[in-house]
Amino acid sequence: MGRSPSRRSPDASPDRTLVAARGRPVALFVLLAGLMVLVLAVPVLMLLWRGLTSDPLRFLADPTVQAALRLSAWTSSLATAAALILGMPLAYLLARNRFPGRTWLEVLVDLPIVLPPAVAGIALLAAFGRRSLIGAALAQLGISLPFTTAAVVLAQVFVAAPLFIRAARIGFNSVDVQIEEAAYTEGASQWQLFRHVMFPLTGRALFAGLVLCWARALGEFGATILFAGNLPGRTQTMPLAIFIGFQQDIGIALALASILLVVSGLVLAVLRRVESEARLY
Amino acid sequence: MQPSQSEERKPRWGVARRWRPTPKEGAGNWVWHALAVGVLAWAAAACAPPREAPPAQAPAEASTLTVFAAASLTDAFQAIGEVFEQAHPDTQLVFNFAASSALRTQLEEGAPADVVAFASEKEMRPLIAAGLVEAGAGQVFTANDMVVVVAPQSSTAVASLKDLAHPGVKVVMVAPGVPAGDYARRVIESLESVLGADFAEDVFANVVSQEDNVRQVLAKVQLGEADAGWVYRSDAQAAPELRVVEIPAEFNVRAAYPIAPLRAAENPMAAVDFVELVRSAHGQRLLEQGGFLPVGP
Repeated sequence: MGRSPSRRSPDASPDRTLVAARGRPVALFVLLAGLMVLVLAVPVLMLLWRGLTSDPLRFLADPTVQAALRLSAWTSSLATAAALILGMPLAYLLARNRFPGRTWLEVLVDLPIVLPPAVAGIALLAAFGRRSLIGAALAQLGISLPFTTAAVVLAQVFVAAPLFIRAARIGFNSVDVQIEEAAYTEGASQWQLFRHVMFPLTGRALFAGLVLCWARALGEFGATILFAGNLPGRTQTMPLAIFIGFQQDIGIALALASILLVVSGLVLAVLRRVESEARLY
Repeated sequence: MQPSQSEERKPRWGVARRWRPTPKEGAGNWVWHALAVGVLAWAAAACAPPREAPPAQAPAEASTLTVFAAASLTDAFQAIGEVFEQAHPDTQLVFNFAASSALRTQLEEGAPADVVAFASEKEMRPLIAAGLVEAGAGQVFTANDMVVVVAPQSSTAVASLKDLAHPGVKVVMVAPGVPAGDYARRVIESLESVLGADFAEDVFANVVSQEDNVRQVLAKVQLGEADAGWVYRSDAQAAPELRVVEIPAEFNVRAAYPIAPLRAAENPMAAVDFVELVRSAHGQRLLEQGGFLPVGP
């Protein structure tokens, strides 16, 4: 998806205004692009319009909604922290080392990005459910994962961490080789190279990856409802509250959906600001 | 581009001195090409028209009949659907099984359908009020009541209704606002008169998940993730491996199922035919085989 990270381009994305000297854009492209924009914009705008006119703030006072918002914020942040602590070393190893099976490891890391949510949920049940090997072993210790907040975080890590790992890997890859050569020439160790060269240079890419990971975790639905179930205050995140709201009263669903849409939109706006020149997707 | 120093052989392990994986020489590449070709071929095959020609007597008007039905009707309606398709070879049946309340919301939002069947008359009334269903349509065609299903290898022994209140028992039920969820809550509350004043509170404290429809509850118990689940009698019938804990009739509810063709049905003739088949002796027999309760004429 990203450009080949062989070299750093001098500038991220120069804003090219369409000047006459460049010739006019292809008319067909403008038409097709306009249709694409409509497909994306109309549902978003209609949801906002219907959601915001149904007085969403009225629902914000509802304790169930507040619990869902709190739980979503907490679990998404925990999942993002886990992605950083466990995912960054993996991204670094993948970007800078060669070892047998690396290609397959990269495929494994990218897999959850394309897996249908239901598949992710069933996979988590197969791994950690009560009838699974690991689940049975945990049960001996008195630990049961399904239907717990921990299961929510685990589901979010499974689907969202790969986005961060991908962004971090591309970020590490985009560091100019010559800078690294220079560090080696000065006698830097591998750890010093990471600590003083790679990490500072890729800070923005890492941060952008974290924001993307957080936003994806916030939107996680399918794996959560299959693996963690739906219980207000314990496992009912915002997407689950929206889905269950749809079963009860579409007004609730619209209001909550518009709130989530605004939050996600703001998060992505932040992302645009910090996006480094390493195109992340 | 940095010139990659590919003169020297790369070690299999160690720090990469190369920034882009360059294609491996020789045999390794064939694997990737074969994979790519395979994936593309599969995608192309999926897009291509089916190789077998459709049956010779291609009907002049192959039509679809869309039926929105409560999740609990899944098995019974699929059986009835097979009978219907034999009688109407030119009509293709499409089912949408979900919680009645979700189906009602979808219809109110303009989802196209020909027939609707709910697990509660409460969900039919707004459709009549909105003019989507004829007033007077929506006759009750079958009934159901609640049971508790228990996973056979459950670590916690749930032998009676009283056991549902024991700490540590994982109970799943349907979310409130969905017919099966409301029925179950009503049963639990009415059981307080015999099982003690704290019974409902203790059972609700044991609920680990409120699922969106009754089939999800069934699945969670079948998987063994939950110890016990509140479902309809017909759902228990669809999962013979589960143990059933009966609810005494005086505390149980009787869920009445209404069915109606939609006024905006694209296929009104077939819609009426389907409703009639469901209400016919044959349809009623299939429903009773599925664990549903008969309704008086």
